[in-house]
Amino acid sequence: MKPIFLSCALLIEQLSIAAQAETVIVTLEKDNALAIVDPSEGKLIKTVDIGQRPRGIALGPENKYLYVAVSDDNEIKIIDAESYKLVGQLPSGEDPETFALSPAGGRLYVSNEDDHLVTVIDVKAKKAIAQIKVGIEPEGIAVSNDNKWVASASETTNMVHWIDIKTNQIVDNTLVDARPRAVSFTADNAQLWVTSEMAGTLTILDVATKKPIKKIKLNIAGLSADKIQPVGVVIDRERRWGYVAIGPANRVAVINAQTLEVEKFLLVGQRVWNLAFSPDQKRLYTTNGRSNDVSIIDLENYEVVKSVAVGRFPWGIVSKP
Amino acid sequence: MKTLATRIIFFMALGLTSIESTYAENIQTVKISYITQQQKVPPALSNLDAFIQNKGMMGAKIAINDNNTTGQFTGQKFELNTIIVPVDGDVVHVFKQQVTADISFVISNLPVQQLKQLADLDLAKDKLFFDATTIDDELRNSQCRNNVLHLLPSRAMRADALAQYMMKKRWSKWFLVTGMTRQDQLYGQALKRAANRFGIKIVAEKQWTHTYDARRTASSDVPVFTQGVDYDVLVVADEQGLFGEYFEYRTWIPRPVIGTQGLVATAWHKTHEQWGAVQMQNRFKMLAGRRMQEQDYAAYLAARSIGEAVVRTKSNQMQTVKDYLMGNEFALQGYKGKPLSFRAWNGQLRQPVLLAAARSLVATAPIEGFLHPKTDLDTLGFDFPESSCNRKGGSGNMPPPVAENVDAEDIKAKVEKVIQQLTDYYNTQWK
Repeated sequence: MKPIFLSCALLIEQLSIAAQAETVIVTLEKDNALAIVDPSEGKLIKTVDIGQRPRGIALGPENKYLYVAVSDDNEIKIIDAESYKLVGQLPSGEDPETFALSPAGGRLYVSNEDDHLVTVIDVKAKKAIAQIKVGIEPEGIAVSNDNKWVASASETTNMVHWIDIKTNQIVDNTLVDARPRAVSFTADNAQLWVTSEMAGTLTILDVATKKPIKKIKLNIAGLSADKIQPVGVVIDRERRWGYVAIGPANRVAVINAQTLEVEKFLLVGQRVWNLAFSPDQKRLYTTNGRSNDVSIIDLENYEVVKSVAVGRFPWGIVSKP
Repeated sequence: MKTLATRIIFFMALGLTSIESTYAENIQTVKISYITQQQKVPPALSNLDAFIQNKGMMGAKIAINDNNTTGQFTGQKFELNTIIVPVDGDVVHVFKQQVTADISFVISNLPVQQLKQLADLDLAKDKLFFDATTIDDELRNSQCRNNVLHLLPSRAMRADALAQYMMKKRWSKWFLVTGMTRQDQLYGQALKRAANRFGIKIVAEKQWTHTYDARRTASSDVPVFTQGVDYDVLVVADEQGLFGEYFEYRTWIPRPVIGTQGLVATAWHKTHEQWGAVQMQNRFKMLAGRRMQEQDYAAYLAARSIGEAVVRTKSNQMQTVKDYLMGNEFALQGYKGKPLSFRAWNGQLRQPVLLAAARSLVATAPIEGFLHPKTDLDTLGFDFPESSCNRKGGSGNMPPPVAENVDAEDIKAKVEKVIQQLTDYYNTQWK
C-alpha cells in the first residue's frame, strides 16, 4: 500500500511542477452546473449552478467572460470568468447546444437544431441580428480565425454549409459522411476538419476550394466499426497534430496533421465527446460523458496522466490560464 | 418547451434569410410511391390509445422534406406520391394504375400477402420495394423477394432482443402465453427460437383462448391460468393487444410481464430520447400532431435511405441506388446510436431494438456482452449462416470483421510468450 501511495504523491508533485496555474471549466449536462477543475492538482475545485442542461461553452477574448449554452432555458448565459457570476443573457433561439464565437468576440453563431437555423447574435447589443436557414439538425459550428467563414454542419442533411460572414448567406455546401458532428478550422484557416459520427470518418476539407483533401476512416483493432463514432476535433496552432474524440470507443485519435495519418489512439474515459487544449497546448482535456470524468492527456509523452471525476454528463470544456 | 406561437413570432420578428439555390437549372427528380390500404378499426382492449389510420405516411413525408432540404443544395428533388387504397379496394389493380413506369421506389405499408403480390408483378421487376410494416420472418427467409428491403425488425430480432436482456437479468425461466391468431403463433415461435438460442427454458406454455363467460373476468381468470408453476417472467405473444394487458398485476405469483405487452421490443418508442432521438420526436410531433409510431419510423428510414443513396450516387436509377444501399459505404443515421445498414442476405435493416416499458426505456439491444465477429447488431435475428433466403449477392456486404488489422500470427506469438512467462513463474515459485 505504502509504495503506491508514495508514487501517487510523487506523480502529483511532478504534475504540479510541470503545469502552470490554470483552470478547466466543464459543463455538466445532467447536474445543471459548471465544474471548475484545477488540472495541475487534478482536482475538482467546485461546481457552480448555471441553469437547465448546459452544453456548449466558449471563452471570450482576454478570458474575461464565459459563454454557456443553457439548452433547456433556451438562452446563452454570459458568466464572469473569475467569479462565475451571471453577467447577462443572449437570445439564442430554441434549445441552443453548440455555438461559435467570432475571433474578436463581437458575434456569436448558434445552431438551432430543432428549427434548422443558424442564429447570428450581436454580443454587445445582446440581439439576434439574422437567422440563416441551413440543413436539417445543424450541430457543429466554427468561425475561421480570419473571420471570413462560418462553417455549419447539419447532422441529417450531412453537409457543411459555408456561410460568408460579410453577407450572412450560404455560398457553398460540401457533402460529407453520415452525421457530421463537429467542425474545426486549422489556425492558418487553410483546412476545415469534420468528424462524421455514423460513418466513423474524419474529412479534411480545403477551405479555398471547399473540397475534401482527405477522408480518414478510423479503425481500432478489436473494436467493431459501429463503435467508432468520432465527435470532438481540435488541431494545434502549428498544425502539427490533430486530435479526435471517438465517443463510445473511449479513445482519442492522434492524427499527424502534416501527413494526415492516424498515429495512435489514447484510451480515456467512457463516451469521450469534447476536447480542449491547455493554454500552452501541452495538455489535452477530454469530457467523458458516461464515466462522468475529465481525462488529462500529457501531449509531450502521449500519456493519459489523470482522470478527474467532475459530475454527471460532462459535455463542453474550455481552459484558461 | 415554448409554444408554437412564440416560436413563430420569434422567427417573424427576425425575418429569415433564405437559401439561394445555386443549382436551379438541372434538377434531378426522384419519384417515390407510398402505398397503403385503409383499415377497418380493429377491436381494442381500451380506448386510451386512439386507432391511427395514417401510421407510416407522416414518417415518409418528413423524410421527403429532409431529403428535399439536402436536395436543394445538390440539385435533386424528391416527389412522394401517396396512394391510399380503400378498405374494399383491389391493391394490385390500384398499383398497376397508379405506380407508373417512371416510379422506381415504392414504400409499402401493406400486409405480407399483398406485398408479395405486388413484388411479384412483372412491372415490379425494375422497382425497389421498402417494406415499412411487416415483421414477418418468412418474408425475410424462404419467402424473401430480391426487390424488397425490410425496415422494421423482424419477430426474430425482437424476440432475440428480449432474450438477451432476460439473460442479462438471469430471468431464464419463461412462462409463454400465446393468443389465437396466426401472428401470435408466429411471435410465439420467434420467442421459442430465441429461448433456444440464448439458453432460456420455457417451463410452461399456454394458449389464451378467449372463452367468453359472464362469470369469468380478467382478475379471476389470470390467477387460475398462471397457477401451479414457478417461472421468472411471463412472456406474452398478443400482437393485436387483445388480452396481454390482463396479465400484469394479476398473475398468481408476482412476476413481470414481457413480450408484446409489459416490456416490449420495438423499433421506436415514445420514451426513446437518446442519440438525438428527442429531436426526431419533437419534429414529428410538431408536424403530425401525434407521437411517432414504429411504422412512421420505418417509412421515415425508407425514404431517408433512398435520399442518402440518391445524394451520394448522384443517380435516381433503381439499380445504382440499390447497389449503394446494399454496399459497405451505406451508413444511415437512425437516432439509435449506431449506423444502420441492410443485411445483404435478406434485405433486413440492421438496427438496435429498443426494450421499453410504458413510460421508460429499459434497455437497447444488442445488450452489451452479446458479441458477434462482424457486428454485434447481427446477434439479433437470422444471421447469414442461418438465413434461408436465396437472395442474389448473398454475402455481398458482409461488414468487415472486427480487428481486421490484427495479425493472427502476432497474437499467437504474444499468447505463447505470456504462457511461457507464466510457466517460468510457476516453475520458480513451486520448485
